[in-house]
Amino acid sequence: MSALAQLEREYRAAMADEKFLSEFDRILREIAGRPSPMYFARRLTEYLGGAKIYLKREDLNYTGAHKINNTLGQALLTLRMGKKRVIAETGAGQHGVATAAAAAVFGLQCDIYMGTEDIRRQELNVFRMELLGARVIPVTTGQRTLKDACNEALRDWMGSVEYTHYILGSVVGPAPYPEMVREFQSCIGREARQQMLELEGRLPDLIIACVGGGSNAAGIFAPMIEDEQVKMVGVEAGGRSMRLGDHAASLVAGSPGVLHGARSYVLQDDEGQTAPVHSVSAGLDYPGVGPEHAYWKDTGRVTYTTCSDDEAINAFCLLSKIEGIIPALESAHAVAEAIKVAPKMKPDEIILINLSGRGDKDCAEVANILKKRKAQSGEKPNHDTEG
Amino acid sequence: MYSMSELENNRLIQTFAKLRQTGKKTLIPFLTAGYPDLPTTEALLIELEKQGVQICELGIPFSDPIADGPTIQTSYTEALSKGITSKKIFDMVEHYRQQDGKLALVAMVSYSIVFKRGVESYLSEAAKVGFDGIIIPDLPLEEAAELEPTARQHGLANVMLIAPTTPPERRIEIARHSRGFIYYISVAGITGERDRLPEETIQAVAQLREHTNTPICIGFGISNAETVKHVCQVADGAIVGSAIIHRITDAKDSPQDELVRKISQFVNELIEPIK
Repeated sequence: MSALAQLEREYRAAMADEKFLSEFDRILREIAGRPSPMYFARRLTEYLGGAKIYLKREDLNYTGAHKINNTLGQALLTLRMGKKRVIAETGAGQHGVATAAAAAVFGLQCDIYMGTEDIRRQELNVFRMELLGARVIPVTTGQRTLKDACNEALRDWMGSVEYTHYILGSVVGPAPYPEMVREFQSCIGREARQQMLELEGRLPDLIIACVGGGSNAAGIFAPMIEDEQVKMVGVEAGGRSMRLGDHAASLVAGSPGVLHGARSYVLQDDEGQTAPVHSVSAGLDYPGVGPEHAYWKDTGRVTYTTCSDDEAINAFCLLSKIEGIIPALESAHAVAEAIKVAPKMKPDEIILINLSGRGDKDCAEVANILKKRKAQSGEKPNHDTEG
Repeated sequence: MYSMSELENNRLIQTFAKLRQTGKKTLIPFLTAGYPDLPTTEALLIELEKQGVQICELGIPFSDPIADGPTIQTSYTEALSKGITSKKIFDMVEHYRQQDGKLALVAMVSYSIVFKRGVESYLSEAAKVGFDGIIIPDLPLEEAAELEPTARQHGLANVMLIAPTTPPERRIEIARHSRGFIYYISVAGITGERDRLPEETIQAVAQLREHTNTPICIGFGISNAETVKHVCQVADGAIVGSAIIHRITDAKDSPQDELVRKISQFVNELIEPIK
């Protein structure tokens, strides 16, 4: 707990330090490749025949997702604290890869905790982390996925805090993590706001982002949260069904609870035991969600909804075919929501999708699923969506 | 100052008062409630009392016990897979009290579980069935201090933890708010067995004594009689968890009386040097 007090102190001091902020800005440009483009998805817009659709291309960041924004910020903070080692949890492996890259950039020792179930699903990312000099530590406890990796990282940190910083990957966990990660991800929303004003002379009518822990959503929502005319939708993993254990929709289907030191919406049983979660996307299957999203839900500022595994896969295929962009399965959840709502909107209305990551990592998994679909239907796989 | 009257008849506080009077130290075994099953836990409580144990810590199984090592987590996971709930544990404790069980019982429970039921409801129920103390390891000082009056009102001592990484001024604050005893974590990190106790622990406990009269017990990493003796030179008690749980794991497929006999034998060994 004293580790958190120290972190909070250092974080506040860093955010008030011009030199830290300009250095962060520089590495976001030179290493992450920011600013990420704002792309008008013309063919998707025409196909859906409704609102204009823009994509914030976080998939074009170095390491392939928004995760690098946060890991570079926290790695810089690690240097400031004089610590030599970083640890992280990872689900899909995107945060693990982004942490490993940031650690390599600054010469920090790096250990990544990853559930064995996710290691199986994300072989390529395991190799990338190792290539970047990190050690991937398999987690065999509990469900062997993201929350369990989170448990192991917290355990490591309790014994190693003197020389180790824990780079938590989302807006979850104890303070100051939710606020700190949101701040490091806010470059997404700040850029998007400016880019929309430049391209359209106004802000979008609707922003859609996927929500697991909620970091990419917080990053794009927060800088426009005061712009009341902008509606916001967070899309959680609806999985196979809305039965407890079949999805990861903490906000839509969970209840107030405590997980990993934060009070928020949690998927638990009546006893307070964490419920098993499922999503086709490894990065969304977390049984909790950032406390700020709980606040935005309760105040009605942001609407939260779900998208099923099947809808996400259809959106994954559609965006690939129609725009030449293979989205991460996580981000495909946001695309799926746009597919549902865009046709009901007017052509002069604007939807902004946070395309949080690219989908190379998911290709093997999706190929398997499409093969199974084909075998089940006895027909050739339908790469289009029902639209 | 606050009133301690609600805790006057608390078994945990009375036990330490008596120990102090007689100049004795104590061994606090940790058991996972419901591991391998609840009748065995109850049988163990009855047997440990016969061995001279006066205080026992009961772990309430939790799906994500971040403060515990692999031995205890595995016991939690297995107990949960057999359908253990707080309600069933409370029923067992109530039954144990009806059999005239006299141990002071301290529940170690995650705040996730307490919060879900509601703090007031959880604490009052725990006190009613016969718990004397509660440890919520994942609750920071500020929130634990807020919860303490509610615990006290129901006659429960709110035991708090100090880690080697806790800064000195915070240690004193925790010591001031902890009731029953102060749980001093001997090594940074998680529970588990280690060979010897770091010298810093001995010194830190001695320093803490200068600021508090509340008994101090040391836990995490104590696995043999020699360490118990060593710990009790500075502390009021030694808490042994993983070393007991791994012996339960080794014996869990044998008949209940054999498991109880083995654990009893081990506890007897541990308690011998401080008898």
